[in-house]
Amino acid sequence: MSNDEILGAIKAKFANAIKEVNEFRGDLTVKVDKDSLHDFMKFLHDDSSLKFDYLVMMTAIDFPEKEERFELVYVLRSIDNKAMISVKTSTKEDEPVDSVMDIWHSANWDERETYDMYGIKFNNHPDLRRILMPEDWTGYPLRKDYPLKGRPEDDTYLDKHLPNGQIKRPRHTRMPLS
Amino acid sequence: MNKTYEVDNTREVILNVGPQHPATHGVLRYVLKLDGERIVESDPQVGFLHRGLEKLAENMTYQQFNPYTDRLDYLAAMNNNFAYDIAVEKLLGIDKDIPPRAEYIRVIMAELGRIASHLVWLATHALDIGAMTVFLYCFREREYILDMYEMACGNRLTYNYIRIGGVARDLPEGFMDKLKEFVKLFPPRLKEYHTLLSKNRIWLKRTKDVGYISREDAINYGIAGPCTRGSGVDWDLRRDVPYSVYPELDFEVPVYPEGDVYARYLVRMDEMLQSNRILEQCIEKIPDGPVMIDDSRYVWDAKEKLMTENFSLMKHFVKVVKGIKAPPGEVYVGSENPKGELGFYIYSDGEGKPYRLKIRSPSFINISAMPKMLKGGYIADVISVIGSLDFVFGECDR
Repeated sequence: MSNDEILGAIKAKFANAIKEVNEFRGDLTVKVDKDSLHDFMKFLHDDSSLKFDYLVMMTAIDFPEKEERFELVYVLRSIDNKAMISVKTSTKEDEPVDSVMDIWHSANWDERETYDMYGIKFNNHPDLRRILMPEDWTGYPLRKDYPLKGRPEDDTYLDKHLPNGQIKRPRHTRMPLS
Repeated sequence: MNKTYEVDNTREVILNVGPQHPATHGVLRYVLKLDGERIVESDPQVGFLHRGLEKLAENMTYQQFNPYTDRLDYLAAMNNNFAYDIAVEKLLGIDKDIPPRAEYIRVIMAELGRIASHLVWLATHALDIGAMTVFLYCFREREYILDMYEMACGNRLTYNYIRIGGVARDLPEGFMDKLKEFVKLFPPRLKEYHTLLSKNRIWLKRTKDVGYISREDAINYGIAGPCTRGSGVDWDLRRDVPYSVYPELDFEVPVYPEGDVYARYLVRMDEMLQSNRILEQCIEKIPDGPVMIDDSRYVWDAKEKLMTENFSLMKHFVKVVKGIKAPPGEVYVGSENPKGELGFYIYSDGEGKPYRLKIRSPSFINISAMPKMLKGGYIADVISVIGSLDFVFGECDR
């Protein structure tokens, strides 16, 4: 199934929800509205011609400068059609996102990990608790303002915020890259 | 954090296993809720080996991260290098330009890695269930592969040989002879394992109809690799989403529909034979030529060039200090590792280091399906199920 066919099927049903379509190196990425994410995913999974029945992975990306700080990425695959699609959506720091665990069970631990690393909460997730970090950990390690060394509270890192309001990205200690 | 269980005190017991337990293959802890010897609920807990590889990756250049990928699935380190490098190459847009000799060498290394990893799986799986001899047999053959790896890259554990754009250096003298010897020797040895286990009555009792998962559930739970193929899902990334030179090679994808531990065992046994077949074809087909892409934007120049040409040296400084300039964009590339689909998702903002790098680890996802497989089984089955899932914690916890 080609990217155009997939796109055609999606656009026929969800023309309003789609915010952005991208193609990079042959991979299709569709960005959708956060509120229609769950319906959109359900459609991708249940539609008899698309049949995206395999959630390969999901994760988040942190853009501290943006108002909608987190971008969530879902990579889906259809075993029968041998097709792949990435679905993205954005959310603000304290706004929860609908869980897709009822569609793909593999989202269970992926969503827990995303919560653990970024602090994004998921609605309707039955068991949202930390997974890789210890339960008493403070802070969310994969956020860009979390330091590479040490914990955020015991801080050599109080100068996180630059005077012009930008947030300093943690650097590799041995090798300043920029 | 612990799940809280409601327990009927007259019948049910909560049992904690791990994280230090020889049969958990690493630092897995699980909490079982038992009714007699039956498992009512289970809660595997991971993260004891979390090193923050994804955070580290955001703070180093693409080449610097290459050796860190060895520490994912340390039983098949070269497969991880391979998976990471094809992801970066796709991001850079040079995945079609890799010299064929380099691709063949990579495939040889990946398939050797698959055999080595499956041998460790078989050895420990059988040892857990009580067959000690198999362990000794398997490690004998694995030694051959480790020797070959040592010839190629000098290491026996965290072998790092595959690079962005090709491989580090050409194969050493005598490697191909050793490989030819191995592919001839291996199929009869595989038959020996079959005679030890496949019709063994104890083995059958411990593995048949144990840890069942259906085809639909296997897909829905996102299980990857040999475990899905043991549930009747005919899916192999080498064939279905082809990468490298796999389309030129002839191999079969073993699929068994039973969905139990025994089916997963048979899948892996057959896969070793298929890997051996791929190796045989690679020996015949491997061409001569360069082993590294000739593109000075992305790979180091040759040593002589660095030492004699000033411009080459200047570019080298930039590549080492700032990293190779990847175009802005995002890619996800999965590759068929011994444990399942190892994927790298890279989001680049156009700098020399990834803005976000996510590792899709097969062990992590496979363990998340463990409660489904264990439910309703006996406590002794836990050991067979763990063995059949074949996970490694370097990869699961990242």
